[in-house]
Order: sequence, then structure tokens, then C-alpha cells
Amino acid sequence: MSKRIEVNDLNVYYSSFLAVEGVSLEIEPRTVTAFIGPSGCGKSTFLRTLNRMHEVIPGARVQGEVLIDGNNLYDSAVDPVLVRRQVGMVFQRPNPFPTMSIKENVLAGVRLNNKRMSKADADDLVEKSLQGANLWNEVKDRLDRPGSGLSGGQQQRLCIARTIAVSPEVILMDEPCSALDPISTLAIEDLIEELKQEYTIVIVTHNMQQASRVSDKTAFFNIAGTGKPGKLIEYDDTTTMFSNPSVKATEDYVSGRFG
Amino acid sequence: MSVLTSPPKSPVGTPVANSLTAGKLPRYTAVYVLIGCIAVMSLVFAMIAVAAGSDFNIVASVFLGVVAYVVVIWVLSRAVEGPRKASDRLVTALVATAFTIALLPLISVAYTTIVNGLPRFDIQFFSESMRNVVGPGGGALHAIVGTLLVTGMATLISVPVGLLTAIYLVEYGRGRLKHAITFFVDVMTGIPSIVAGLFAFALFALITDDPGIRFGFGGSVALSVLMIPVVVRSSEEMLKLVPNELREAAYALGVPKWLTILKVVLPTSIAGIITGIMISIARVIGETAPLLIIAGFTTSMNYNLFAERMMTLPVFVYTQYANQGADTQAYIDRAWAGALTLILIVALLNVIARIVAKVFSPKTGR
Amino acid sequence: MTSAPPASAITAKPRPGDRVFSTATVVAGTLILVTLAAVAIFLVAQSLPAFTAESADFKGDADNFWQYVGPLVFGTLWAAALALIMAIPIALGIALFISHYAPRRLAQGLGYVVDLLAAVPSVVFGLWGISVLAPAVQPFYTTLTEWFGWFPLFAGPVSGTGRTILTVAVVLAVMVLPIITALCREVFLQTPVLHEEAALALGATRWEMIKLAVLPFGRPGIISAAMLGLGRALGETMVVAMVLSPAAIISFALLQSQNPTTIAANIALNFPEAHGVGVNILIATGLILFVITLAVNMIARYIVDRRKEFSGAN
Repeated sequence: MSKRIEVNDLNVYYSSFLAVEGVSLEIEPRTVTAFIGPSGCGKSTFLRTLNRMHEVIPGARVQGEVLIDGNNLYDSAVDPVLVRRQVGMVFQRPNPFPTMSIKENVLAGVRLNNKRMSKADADDLVEKSLQGANLWNEVKDRLDRPGSGLSGGQQQRLCIARTIAVSPEVILMDEPCSALDPISTLAIEDLIEELKQEYTIVIVTHNMQQASRVSDKTAFFNIAGTGKPGKLIEYDDTTTMFSNPSVKATEDYVSGRFG
Repeated sequence: MSVLTSPPKSPVGTPVANSLTAGKLPRYTAVYVLIGCIAVMSLVFAMIAVAAGSDFNIVASVFLGVVAYVVVIWVLSRAVEGPRKASDRLVTALVATAFTIALLPLISVAYTTIVNGLPRFDIQFFSESMRNVVGPGGGALHAIVGTLLVTGMATLISVPVGLLTAIYLVEYGRGRLKHAITFFVDVMTGIPSIVAGLFAFALFALITDDPGIRFGFGGSVALSVLMIPVVVRSSEEMLKLVPNELREAAYALGVPKWLTILKVVLPTSIAGIITGIMISIARVIGETAPLLIIAGFTTSMNYNLFAERMMTLPVFVYTQYANQGADTQAYIDRAWAGALTLILIVALLNVIARIVAKVFSPKTGR
Repeated sequence: MTSAPPASAITAKPRPGDRVFSTATVVAGTLILVTLAAVAIFLVAQSLPAFTAESADFKGDADNFWQYVGPLVFGTLWAAALALIMAIPIALGIALFISHYAPRRLAQGLGYVVDLLAAVPSVVFGLWGISVLAPAVQPFYTTLTEWFGWFPLFAGPVSGTGRTILTVAVVLAVMVLPIITALCREVFLQTPVLHEEAALALGATRWEMIKLAVLPFGRPGIISAAMLGLGRALGETMVVAMVLSPAAIISFALLQSQNPTTIAANIALNFPEAHGVGVNILIATGLILFVITLAVNMIARYIVDRRKEFSGAN
């Protein structure tokens, strides 16, 4: 249920502006990979290229290839819709559909493909997904209430439940805890630890402790200055990155002696 | 529907190895299918035209061509790309069609108004009234003057009332009165124009005790009833856009509230307010029904808003059409010329509104 | 609300400028309430004689006011309903086209083009309806009655001029189109990008994204836009007065030369020649129209408020 991601010499442009340059890396299945780096270094942009969500922004385009289990995402015949079904995404701010109940939110993605789902199957899936997101106990009595009535941390876990309900292979998380309080953040981090058993997870974070706590491997992105493209500086095991990085910039950044 | 123009049967260029690819129609399929469908339908109608000896029906062939396109693209996409992608394509086709449908009446109205209006769009039309005119000749000067007077007066009434109300709602209002005003401004927006005319008539008929009263000022009052809620709404929106920091900065300098509003808040939002006023004028200047009731119609010049019937341009268009004399064409020509003038005035007001919005907008340095 | 100016906290005496200005705004606001009350009072006052009018006072063969106004109310609702049925799907299509389908650089221009339709005065639409649209659709109506005459809506005999209630409804639909479109477009453009991205990240196609995120978010907006259009269609006068060939009947047939007319058109056609209690009768019908539009607005507000819990507001 999880896949290997391989990125070869990827450039990302916004119109003519080169935002990310020459990224190559490999992500093993069932691992957590953290992207760290200063603001504006292109790590979120790069993350969005892994399920072609960057195409939502007008003018964004990509050179190079992203292979998921050997299949190139940017092949001309590839349907971005299929890509996004296999590579789910959790956003910075929790975004449950405000017009739907908690239950409908979980089922939103599944209903797209499987319109005739029996009520029992649907209920099973809702329970399974919410349990997978550690949210079941908190919401099982109010599944028909609007999802926007939950707290921020609960909403974010609802969004994770919605993502795993379509059973993707990979889950991308774009600073999933930056809008949350420390306790909710802890709940999400525990959840990531559990999700790792089944999914390949890529997480962007500004929080160095978070990266060191949850991830197996860490990639450090940096930019030379404003207007310059972001680059992958170093990519290694998390323990190595935080204890004994091979590049000076990485060491400066992880130890807080940056800029 | 046997109009399929060589449908691409197999998904093109799919590398077998890649599991992320689904069947996909080649890139410009939609365009080709559309052109093909219209061409086939044109051919069909051309053959019908030849066979029946009638004219070639271009509207029908384009229309049926588009219908055929919607069906064909859906069937093709369903076969090649699956049902989800097919409904996506179907909606895309329908949405684009809806937009095209909306353009048809616009083009038709503009075209007929210009073509029919131009024959009498001459100097005489703008320099003479209809006094003692039977048949051809005459003009709409009395109606144009009347429209300017009535609408001008309506603006004089509506702008102060509307603007002050908007200021009240944004700057001062609280509690019950604010809610009541907000609510009833909404209600007022929904008043049908003819009811506004009846109101003005009922009001002045009672005041003057004249059951057959017709005069220009009554028209201004009726138009004000329609115009005030529009002015309130648009000004309110604009005033709300002024950031609170600006007001607080002024207060911190010791400026009293009313001067803050006059010197800081209003100048910041003036462009939007003027634009809103222009657009509200454009909206009421074409109103016919209330003026027909309270301002009445006449063939003579009348510069006095407070006495006698007063002709206005929309009513002129209506009466020219409704009461065609012996020489029908002369009346119809005048009606269309009036319509053309009216549209040009409205368009001019809209253009001015846009220019004002551009020129007076606060310089943000962006 | 803005905080109280620090100045007034120090100086106990209120400034005359402040007092004059705030009073002026309150007066203006109150004037609106007074005006609306006046509309209601004067309309009611002038309507009273109509309710006791004799049979001879009515045009046609109605015995009392309610018999007279019945077909008019029916015609008003029927024409407006037909117009909305045609306008809403097309307006939604246009709004979606502008907000989510057209290239962004084009979108604003396209919106302006649709707004142009709103700038055309109703009397011009009347002229267009009677001299362009009615003759153009008449042959089509003939075919329709020949093929589908068994269906009650399309029952014959067909009108020879095309000046039927269906033609009127088409013109009305064109007139309310820009109103509904403009509002829906605004609402659709305000759909939070977060929700759109959430739908896309779940693997939705563009249409599925619209179904998941855009339409639910915009539903209250769509309803109030439709109600606004309905209000306009109910009160529209000149198009109906000019295009329709009217009769005092209640009939669902769309294509005949005998059509139920609307309150507004009936007033416009008869007011110039009305006198005595005839004037009061027409004003009374106007009062009924006012009440109907008021009810429509209230219902719209109610629907929008009821959906608040699930709206994007929280």
C-alpha cells in the first residue's frame, strides 16, 4: 500500500520565474520524509509537484521527471486526477468542506468514484478512516454535525481521515501543524508515526524538533537570495542531518545559527 | 446521430508501463469534433435548402451542430476516458454553450438597435420636439430634456439621502435602528418600478387633490425610490472597505469623528462611491413604467419639473411604438432612434463610471 | 465598529460639528423608513375604494376585485416562473464559465460583456422582443404545436404573431440573466481556494471539484440571486406590456394568442386612460404586486438564514 518516489532533476517554474531548480531525490516506501528550510525556499512548491497540485496555480509548470514506482507523473498521457487519487495531500490550514457533515467529509473523495456504496460499507469506511486518524472517539456521537464545528486540531485530523479514506499510496503534508496548538500538534505527530506503517509520508515543516521527532529522512532546501531558485542542499537520514550534516549551511540551519 | 467524424478508437500513445495513465482523448479532439459537427449539420441543412428551394438556415445548423457536439464528445469521452471524465467534458461543453447562448440576444439587440436606429439618428432628431408633428419628421428633444431633468432631480434627492444613510450604517449605526434600516433597504431594492410610480402618483394625488396629476417632479420621486437603495448598498460596501486603521490614526491625531469621516473616510472611498452613483443613474435612466404613470407623455417641450406633463426618452420610445400614426414607418424609426440614444446614454454613463473608478482610486503605489 | 474618538473622552462638551453630522445621517436613514411606510400607507389608502367597487367599474367581466386580479396574479407568477426556469441553468453556466472555466485573462472581459445585457433599458428589450424575437420564433411555435400539440403546454391554436407568454418569458429570462449571473459569479469566485484544493487533492475532476466545493459553498448565494431575479421578473412592466397579446384568462398554454397578462403590464396599459375608481383598482393591483415581491424577498432571506450553520461563514 505504499510506493517509492523518485525525482530526477526537477525544475519548477511560475511563468518564467524559476522557483525550484535541479532537485533529485529518492523516497523509500513506508518512511516519513521531512522537508525543512527557510520560508520561500520552494519546499512547499516542490511538495505540490509530487501530486501535480501546483498546476492549480496559473502559470506553474515543471521540467524533469517524478517517478512513482517507475511511472512518470509528467508523462503526457497521465491524468492528474488519477495521480491525486494515489497521492493524497493534507494542507497547512485544515479545510473540511463547510457545507458537509463530518461523515460526508470523510466520504467525499470515495463518493466520487463509487457512487453506489451501501450504507453499511460507508459506515465501516467512516469508522475505519476516523479511527485511522485517531478522531473516532471524539466525534462518533456527532457524525452528522458540520465538520467546521470541530476544533482546529480535530479538523486537521478530519482532513487526514478524508485523505486516507480514498486509500492513497502516498500522503503529502504541507505544514500540517503550523496552524495548530502544541497539544493538537502532538496528536498529529503521533498519528504520523502510526500512518507510517501503511503509507509513504512526505511532510513539509518549519519546526526542526518536529522534523527530528517524526521523520526517518530529512531534506534541506535553501535559496541563495530573493529571486534566486530554491535548491536541495542536502538529503540524508534524519539522525545524520541533525547530528553530523555534511554541508555547512545545513549545520547552521539545524542548529539555529542561520541568517 | 450518425455524424461521427472518424472517432479515435484507441487511446493514443500510452506507454504500457505507466499505471497512472487512463484513456485520454488526443489534445484537440474537442475542437475537431465541434468543427466536424457544425460542418455536418451545415451540410444537412444545405441539402434540405437545395431540395426544398428554401434559404440556408444558418442558425439551425449551428445550433444543432453544437447539440450534436455535446452528445458526441460525451459518447467519445465515455468510451475512451470513462464516465467521470465524460461528465466533466459534458459539463465543460454545456457551460461554454450557456455562455454562447447569452451572447446571442446581446448581439441581436445591439445589431437591430443600431441598424434600425441610424436612419433617424440625425440632427433633426436632437433639435426638434414632436409638437404638431404627424407622420415623418420631428424629434426627441423634449424627451431628452425631460429625461435629463427628471433623472437629474432624482439624483439630487437620492445621493444625499443614500450617502448619508450609508455613512450612518457604517460609522454610527448600532442596535435596532441599524437593523431596521438595513432590512428595509433590502426590501426597497425589491420594489417593482411600476409600484414606485404608483406610490408617487398616490402621494401627489392626495397632496394636490388632483386625481389626474402628471408632472416631472413626481417622476423624480418615483425614480428616487428605486435609486436610493442602490446608492446605499454600493456606498456602504465602499465605506466598509476603508480600513479601520485609517480612522484610528485620525482619531489619535485628535480629529473629531465627523471630520475624520469627511476628510479621511470619504476621500478614500470616493472613487467607488461615484462609480456606484453613476451605475445607479444608468439603471434608473432607462425606467419607463413609473414615468409613464406619473410624468405622463406629451409632444411639447417642458422645462418645468413642477407643472404639466413631461416627456422622457423611454416613454418616448414606448409611445412612438404604441401609438403609431398613419405613417407607421416614421413612428417606428423614431422609436428605434430613441432606443439607440438611450443605449448610448447608458453606455456613456457606464464608461464614465469606469474611468472615474480608475482615475480617482487612491494611489496605492502598486 | 470604530472605537470612540479619544477627544470626546477628554472634552465633556459635544462638538457641534459632530452633532449636526450624526443627526443628518440619522435623519437620512430614518427618511428611508418613512418613505417605505409612506409607500405602504398611500398605496393602501388609494386602494381601499377598489375593494368595494361595483362590477361595472372593472374592465372586462369581473364581478369584484378578486375576480379581476386573479388572472393577473396568475399571469405574473407564471411568466416569472417560466423566465426563471430558463434563466437559472444558463446563468449558472455562464457564472461557472467565467469563474472556473474561462482563461483568467479573459474572465473579467467576459463578465463585462454579460453586464452589458443589464445596461439595456427594458423598453429597448420590449422593442426587440416584438420586432425581432416574436417573428423569429413564430415558425418554430407552429412546428411545436404541430408535433407536440398533444402536450397541454404546447396546445394550439398557435398564435400567428409569436406574441405569446413564452416569447415574453424568453425576453424576461434574458433580462434577469445578468443579475443572476453577476451575483453567482461573485459567490463562486469567493469559494475558498483551500476547499477547491482539498477537492482536487482527493482526485476530483474539475466538475467534481465544482460539485464538492464551489456549488455547496455558493448555494445560499445562488438562491438569493435567483430570488433577486424573480423579483425583477415579477415587477418587469414594459416587455410584457409591449410584447404580450393579453387576455383576462388563466391558461397554461404557452403558444396561443390568448395569454394571461401580468399585474405590472396591465397597469401600464390601462393607467393612462383610467379615471375615477378605475385608478384605485389599478393601484390596488399594484399593492398586490408589492405584497408578492415582498413575500419573495422574505422567503429568500429565510432560506439563506436557515442554511447558515452549513455555510462557509464559520
